[in-house]
Formats: sequence, C-alpha cells, structure tokens
Amino acid sequence: MDLKKLLSQINISADWIGLREVREKGTYRVIRDGNPQANGAGTSHGIMVEVLANGQFGYYATNDMSISGIQNAAAKAKAQAIHASEYSLYSFSEDARPKATGEYESSFSKAAGSVSAGEINEILLAGCDALKVSDKIVSASAYGLITETEFNFVSTNGSDINQKFLMVTSDFSATAQDGNIFQRRTGGRSGHQIGLEVFDKSNITNLCAGIGQQAVELLFAEECPTGTMDMVLAPDQMMLQIHESIGHALEIDRILGDERNYAGWSFIRLEDFGTLQYGSNLMNVTFDPTVEHELASYAFDDGGLEAQREYIIKDGLLVRGLGGKESQIRSNTPGVANFRASSWNRAPIDRMANLNLEAGESSFDDIISNIEYGVYMETNRSWSIDDYRNKFQFGSEYGQLIVNGKLTKTVKNPNYRGVTTPFWNNLKKVGNASTFGIHGTPNCGKGEPNQVIRVGHASPVCQFENIEVFGGV
Amino acid sequence: MENKFNNISDKVFALLNEGEYLTLSFSSENTQFIRFSQSKIRQTGLVDDASLELELIYNNRTCGESFTLSGDIDADINSAQSVLETLRVEVVQLPEDPYIVMPENNGSSRDIHSGKLLSVEGAAKALTPAMEGVDLAGIFASGKIYRGNANSLGQKHWFSTETFSLDYSLITADEKMVKATFAGSKWNQSEYESFMTASIKRLEFMKRDAIKVEPGEYRTYIASPGVRDILDMFSWNGLSEASIQQGQSSFGKMRNENSKLSPCFSLLEDFRSGSVPRFNDNGEVAPDVLNLVNGGLLENTLINSRTAKEYDIVSNNAGGGEGVRAPYMSAGELSEAEVLKKIGTGLYLGNLHYLNWSDCIGGRITGMTRYACFWVENGEIVAPIENMRFDDSFYNFFGENLEAVSNKVEFNPEVGTYESRSLGGTHCPGVLLSSFSLTL
Repeated sequence: MDLKKLLSQINISADWIGLREVREKGTYRVIRDGNPQANGAGTSHGIMVEVLANGQFGYYATNDMSISGIQNAAAKAKAQAIHASEYSLYSFSEDARPKATGEYESSFSKAAGSVSAGEINEILLAGCDALKVSDKIVSASAYGLITETEFNFVSTNGSDINQKFLMVTSDFSATAQDGNIFQRRTGGRSGHQIGLEVFDKSNITNLCAGIGQQAVELLFAEECPTGTMDMVLAPDQMMLQIHESIGHALEIDRILGDERNYAGWSFIRLEDFGTLQYGSNLMNVTFDPTVEHELASYAFDDGGLEAQREYIIKDGLLVRGLGGKESQIRSNTPGVANFRASSWNRAPIDRMANLNLEAGESSFDDIISNIEYGVYMETNRSWSIDDYRNKFQFGSEYGQLIVNGKLTKTVKNPNYRGVTTPFWNNLKKVGNASTFGIHGTPNCGKGEPNQVIRVGHASPVCQFENIEVFGGV
Repeated sequence: MENKFNNISDKVFALLNEGEYLTLSFSSENTQFIRFSQSKIRQTGLVDDASLELELIYNNRTCGESFTLSGDIDADINSAQSVLETLRVEVVQLPEDPYIVMPENNGSSRDIHSGKLLSVEGAAKALTPAMEGVDLAGIFASGKIYRGNANSLGQKHWFSTETFSLDYSLITADEKMVKATFAGSKWNQSEYESFMTASIKRLEFMKRDAIKVEPGEYRTYIASPGVRDILDMFSWNGLSEASIQQGQSSFGKMRNENSKLSPCFSLLEDFRSGSVPRFNDNGEVAPDVLNLVNGGLLENTLINSRTAKEYDIVSNNAGGGEGVRAPYMSAGELSEAEVLKKIGTGLYLGNLHYLNWSDCIGGRITGMTRYACFWVENGEIVAPIENMRFDDSFYNFFGENLEAVSNKVEFNPEVGTYESRSLGGTHCPGVLLSSFSLTL
C-alpha cells in the first residue's frame, strides 16, 4: 500500500495529518495431552488517520483503506478534533509528532513460514510427550505463537517509517497431581523478537523434561516457609517485579492522571525525577529498545520519535520517566520514545517497552553462599499491585530453600509481599552477566480504550533482604 | 452489515468441496471513544473494525484463520476465498483431532437490539459540561456492535446491539475517588446529568481524612461492584469443566473434596436480559438459565462441546474458554438500609482492584480495596480508609463467613475494550462477611 500517495490525496486542511498502517498476523498452535488443541491464525489490518486541528488530535481508525475510505476518515477525524477542541486537556502543536524517517527489522535466522504447520505440530507434540515424565502429570500442553507485524507511518511534516517485526512466544506447561494436591510448572510463556529457529525439537524436549520433573517435585515439596527473610529472584520472576513496581509507576501519563479510571495513578510525582532514591545504589534500570531479540525493541515509537537507550534509574536514583513526546511536552519532564499503540485501531499512549535491570557483579554462587536463611524463586505465577504501584503481592511457581549458603529442598507456593521503594532499597546483591535473562510478554494491559501490548524485561538474578515471604493455603 | 455477512457466507459455502465443513464467525463495531482526564478531553476518535473467521474441518482435522474485512464485498469475498485455500493447504498437515466438534444445524436466530445514541458530532458537548467543577477521568464508548455465526450446514445466528457507556472516576483534591458507570442503549441527557450530579454528591463522603486500617480480620460488606470483581475470577481457572478436569480449577475442591459454599450463595448463567448473544463460536446456543452454584453446592460447570467429547459428558454449549458469559448472583434478604447497621464495626468496601489467584487450587484471591471504601463504627460511616491489600479464600468469604446477601441485584456493565468493545455485564448483589482478611 502506498501510504504517501494516500496522504497526498487527502483534501482537507489541517495543522497536521498522519497515517499509521499496521498489518499484524498472529499464528498460534497448541498441543495438549498429545492432541492438537488449536491451530489458528488472525490477521488484523487497518489504518489510523490522525488529524491535528485547533490544538486537538482526532483520529479515525478504519478498515476501509480505499482512497475514499481514507478521505472520509480524515474528514471525520478532523471533525472529532474540532468538536473536542472546546474541551481540550492540552493544546498540542506539530511538535508532538516530530519528523522521522527510517527502517527497522527484527533479527532472526529462520523466517516465518520456513517451518510448516505440520512440523511445528510435530515438535510441540514431542514437547508435550516430554512433559509427561510420570503418571503424576495429569495434563501437559505446548504452545507457540508466531507474530509478524509491519508498521508504516507517514505524515504531512515528512515522516516516513517502515518497521517489520518477527516474534515468537512459546510456553510449555505440566500439571501434576497426587490425591488432592495439584502443582503446575511452566516455561513462563516468554516472548522474543526471533525467528522460527525457536522450534528446535531437541532444545524443546530437554526443556519440557525439566519442567515435568519439577512439577512432580513440587507435589511432594513442603510449603514455602512464612517469615521475614532473604529472597533471591530468578530473571523470570524479576521480569514481573520490574514490570509492575518500576515500569507502570514511571509512565508519565499515569503520573499526569490519564489512567486514574483504569489501572490507576502512581506514587511518583513529577518532582521526584532527579531527587527520589528509588532503590539501593546497586539498582540501574534502562529503557533500552536496542537489545537484540528483546520483545519490545524498535527504532521509532508510534508518534515517530526515534528510540534510544536511556537510564531511568541510575545508582538507585530516579532520573527519567517513561513518557513519549506528548507526555514530555505536557510535563516538561525528560522521557523516552514509548508512545505506542496496540494496533491500528487504538491511539498511542505511554508504554514501557523494554525496561531492563542492568547486570551487577555477583555470581549466582556469591549470592547464595552469603545467605543464612532464605528462599529462591523462579517463574511468576501470581501478581497484584495497588493503583499507586505501592503495595504488591507476587507469587512464583517454584521455590528452593536456602540454608547456610546452600540451595536445599524444594518448596511450593512461594509468595511474597512488599511496598515498592522499601523493597527496592532492600536490593542487596545484583547478579552478573552470567545470571542475566531476557524475557518478554505480549500481554501488558493498559489504557482507555484498553490496549494489550508487548513489553520486554531483562534482568540478572537479584537478592533482596528483609522480605515478607509466605506459602499457600 | 447483516446482508454483507450473509452475502459472504453464501459465496464461501458454495466453494466447499465434499468432506469439508466450515464455520464462519463475524465480529464488527463502529465506535466513538472519548477519553477524559481532569474533566477535559484527552483523546477522541472513531473506530470502524470488522473481521471474519473461517474454521475448516476436513478428514477429522481442523484449523482456522481470521482476517479484517475491508467493507468492499468483492474484495472481502476474494480474501475469504484466499484464506480458505490457505486452510486447505494447512489442514492436511495437521494431526488428527479426536475431539473435533462437527457443525450441526439446530436452527437459526436473529436478535437485534436498537438504541438511541448521541451523534458523534454532539457527544463532546453533551458530555463535558456536566463534569465542570470536579476532577473526572474516564472513557466514553458508544456505537454499534455486531456478531454473526453461520455454518455450512445452513445454521445462522445474528446479534446486533447499540450501546453506550461512560465509565468514570471522580477524584478529590487529596486523591480519594468514587467510581460510576452510566450505561445503556437509549441516551437521555437529563438522566445523564442527574446521574453525574448524584456521583458528585457521593464524592462529598470522600472528603473526610482517610484512616489507616491495620492488617487483620474484619467484618466487611462488599458492595455489588466489588462482588463483580470476585465473580470475574470464576471465569479464569474457575467454573470451566476443562479446568477442573485438568487440575487447574479453584472449584476442584467442590468437585473432588465435597467442599461447599454458604447456602446463601447461588450463581447462575442467565441470558434472559439479552445483553450478550446466546450462541458461541460454534454457533451452539446456551440454555436461557443454567444453575452453576445453587445454595452453596456446585450444580453445574461450564462445558463446551469439545470438553464434553473429551471427557464423555454432556455439553451445555459453553463458550470456547468456558467462562461465565452472563453471570447472575442471586439476591438475599439484607436490605440496603440495614447494611451499615449490620456491619456494626468494620469495613464497607465499594470496589476492589487488581484481583489475582494467590493460591488458585485453594481458592485464595488477593487484591486491593479501591474507591469508596469506609471504616464503619456502631453502624455509621466514620471515614474513608487508606487502600488495603486483602488475601482470602472464597471458600471462607463465600463459605462460612458469608453472613448475608443484599436483596438488590445490580447490573455492572462490562466496559472492557481490549481489541474490541465487550458485551454484557454482571448481575450481582452485595455481601456481608463476618470476617475478611486484610494483609498489607
């Protein structure tokens, strides 16, 4: 589709017009208990026409991409802007949509379509079989989601962007039963920008055998102890910790109050940037859209702002917020290129994209060997946090007791709770690069109208002290 | 829109070869969104979207694919034909599916609900002035929603509705909030203005200084919107039969260990309000009413035809995910006027927030209090509370700790808009609990 030609044929007068075309195909395959559970695909394709008039943006997202359809959409988007401009929250100029040109493409080895539907089913079937390590496994499933996205953006102030993404999210799950005890262990349903090289039969069957064994192990494990103790989190639990208690709290549109009717506000105020000691001085957090294979890497956000790596928290000090150009203008606060939409039919808002905790200096053994009594936790299972991003309670699938500097027995139903800044100020050790893991989820919800979007979180293993830890019912 | 769906359906079904079965699912909306912050317009726009899903069955194998419809009937028929060709190539590569659900023709239906909505040109002016003088954040959504389903055996269902909702929070200067939703299908400006005025009056209660409640067990009343949040959890590893069979359901204890809830607790699926289609993605029609939990006993789970085939049980035509599509919790005898007196000393919780299973198999749910939540002493509201975390099992709070259920069932409209506007909502009363566990 020639977006520039479409743009040139729009015959309305406006302060600015942008066309954002998104075509996304998601193909999912699920095997459960040795049988195909689902083989499906969905393609969503449309254009959001955005018009700036009287300082107000109005949009019309349309599935009719003919010239007359786009012309109609532009006229109605302008009318929306004008009718709303009498009540605008903020009067914007073209500065909110900077000119940008360029391209981006995900890094991958095997393209979408290079592995057939039949082959993927066969590999997932092998994974499912490998999960069934014993008769105690009562249900096993293997899941793969391949997402191909193409994003094109042109505007009357000269933007011309093309970005192509290839992403794979996979998961493997085993539920074990012994009498009335059930335990479920999964691979964490993590996604990456990567190709179909993910569907490697040998890697998947090895991974699945381990998941199955741990599910059975959990059946006979003791409950996680209750008390205040040291806690060590693996990268696939740190992912959730970063997401909920750093990422959402620092989104500038939340701080400005846009999200108060849905996900909530934030305990952060604009004056905290540059002054608040968010965590211990071991804490270094970056917004980094440049990490190869991380799920939310890109070159430009959906408003056309060029994306680059920035420190958000440096040596524990809060230095920068997660706000795109509109939020930066409204708040006069430094931000990042994170003005993003879930698709063509939703308007961009501030999203966290890749938000990573940088590696420190401790090896895994250094961390464990210095703990007298504590719990090590892997893979998020439960998550809940308040509307100010303060009081949280999170749970993991798999725990191991640490006693006198050694990992000892497995414990089940590990949970912990805390309050955000005291928790991060209890960050005692940060793992080195050898403990680092890159994870991501396609399922971050936010915004009104609601939007689900991809985010990436990379982290080393981390130790926290004085944490309230507890087990199940 | 219905004619377009019928036209595409007829053309695509005519392309089928012997041994091929096809089900089509149609979904579309024309929606206006206005997002408010600080009682001003933050973002506004219109969304036209439509999609068609083809589910092909051939030789005991199945696969599906959906695509966005353009509105150009010839182009859309070509796209559907192209998708059908892709599915034909794929379906023969797949393993045999022993639990495949073959389409049937059990009769067609047509269910049309018309409304009277604000014009897209006039909405901003109709909505915004009533918010003057308060701090409001929220979302207005208004427009037409269509759902269709047809199969190659001739069965056809059509559902359309026109609805609006303004879901909003009002916020005091010291950041305390009340929540409300004005929703319906026929816009009435004076009703809207009265509703907004009443909401603003409720905000007065929140202007008292908040008090901090310590973690512990409290007598608690949870109002209908909060109960809705808890009932929502039952669609996620809850009342699904597949979830129970696969060892992942919080209701497994009721099936396997004969656990019971309070005799005061009854939950049905009730489609009689007509706010959601009774047909599922397979075109199967659910019963008007299905008792799920009756007097504290698990009477039915939600069973779709695939689950029924796998476990050799009878389907009740549940949806694909076996979630509760039309939840209705039965009223009790507690009158609204008696609520504060019956609490005595304890908590009145207007809304809850961000619920999750903290131990799904044990039925334990954690979440936060939010919005209009108060400390009550001797039957009178003392002050709003600072938000607190709860962590408790529904086997406790809908079990022996469920003291009474209010006699007023309220409708809490579903205002979710992930990917598209949701339909329906939850009918439920409030509940009085002898004990509810706050933890942080």
